[in-house]
Amino acid sequence: MGNFEPVIVAFCCHYCAYTAADMAGSMRLSYPSNVKIVRVPCTGKVDTKHILQAFHKGADGVYVAGCLEGDCHFKNGNIKAARRVARVKKLLSEIGIEEERVEMITMSAGMGERFAQTATDITEKIRNLGPNPVKNIRDGQKQPA
Amino acid sequence: MITAERKPMEEILECINPYNRILLVGCNECVTVCAAGGRKEVGLLSTALQMAFMKEGRTLEVKEITLERQCDPEYVEELITYIDQVEAVLSMACGCGVQEIARRYATKPVFPAVNTKFMGASERQGVWSERCRGCGDCLLGLTGGICPIARCSKRLMNGPCGGSTKGKCEISPDVDCAWNLIWERLKALGLEKKYEEIMVAKDWRPSWHGGPRRIIREDMAE
Ligand code: SF4
Ligand code: SF4
Repeated sequence: MGNFEPVIVAFCCHYCAYTAADMAGSMRLSYPSNVKIVRVPCTGKVDTKHILQAFHKGADGVYVAGCLEGDCHFKNGNIKAARRVARVKKLLSEIGIEEERVEMITMSAGMGERFAQTATDITEKIRNLGPNPVKNIRDGQKQPA
Repeated sequence: MITAERKPMEEILECINPYNRILLVGCNECVTVCAAGGRKEVGLLSTALQMAFMKEGRTLEVKEITLERQCDPEYVEELITYIDQVEAVLSMACGCGVQEIARRYATKPVFPAVNTKFMGASERQGVWSERCRGCGDCLLGLTGGICPIARCSKRLMNGPCGGSTKGKCEISPDVDCAWNLIWERLKALGLEKKYEEIMVAKDWRPSWHGGPRRIIREDMAE
């Protein structure tokens, strides 16, 4: 596990976190390549199933990054996303997987630094947690599709 | 609708532990509406169970299917295509659906994945509450459309009891006193007189006290 490189899926809202990622790029801030971004029109579009599926397919960590509270372009998509993340946390712990592997994060489009910092912090946290126990088994058999 | 809630994962996992191939069956009716056992919940539970097995170094094959109605033989028949390919069935429908599967597929073990709770209505998004106990002799016409059997904690016929406080039931400040609701509603309807009528002791024979019930429509039954 010494040089374990976690795979992290970040569901990023087009209006904030995704733009913040761009901003981080133009500010030449580097963040770990472990983070794979999935752009969504709003974090309210991220379903419980999508998050769980990411883990099922072998992600070591997942986070959902939406707008600051009160700033959602679709009124309350970020609030809904936060609740779904909470539900996934519960589900994960029910099947014996660390709930810290999934988080809800909020930021605005201008927060390039926060985006980079979050990506770094989460990658570090997941690295310390070790690989997703489900992935371990999966890798022993066949690669996820 | 009939409401239900998913069972704790631990209990579900214990039921299916001896098997490696299961059929996970949802229902498109009540349990879909109360977000307990529709197509979406089937997908979620399926993934979670597979992950739980993988964690233990095992594989679980899950065939997911959501029937139009699990309490109707014609839909349950649809499982015939898959039933021989699995070792057990896990149902996300209410108890009626689970039993229909058990009746039709006599040699296949079937387990409930949800706890069936009550007949109720949506209070608001994500909140359901009990409204009817199926007593078999509806008296809503006497009580302003509010059921004292399902909604009064003591099932009083001539309430309220002395515990009714500021419109709330004595069991909890979060529970409305059904008899207070009845009174307010009768008042709004100008039917206070109805409240004065003493209700006679209820005959519970049409209810569950008379053994398992059945409805026969002679113009339809074959
Ligand atoms: S009186 Fe009986 S049938 Fe009518 S709502 Fe109450 S429990 Fe249901
Ligand atoms: S307070 Fe009202 S609802 Fe509660 S037991 Fe008494 S009469 Fe029934």
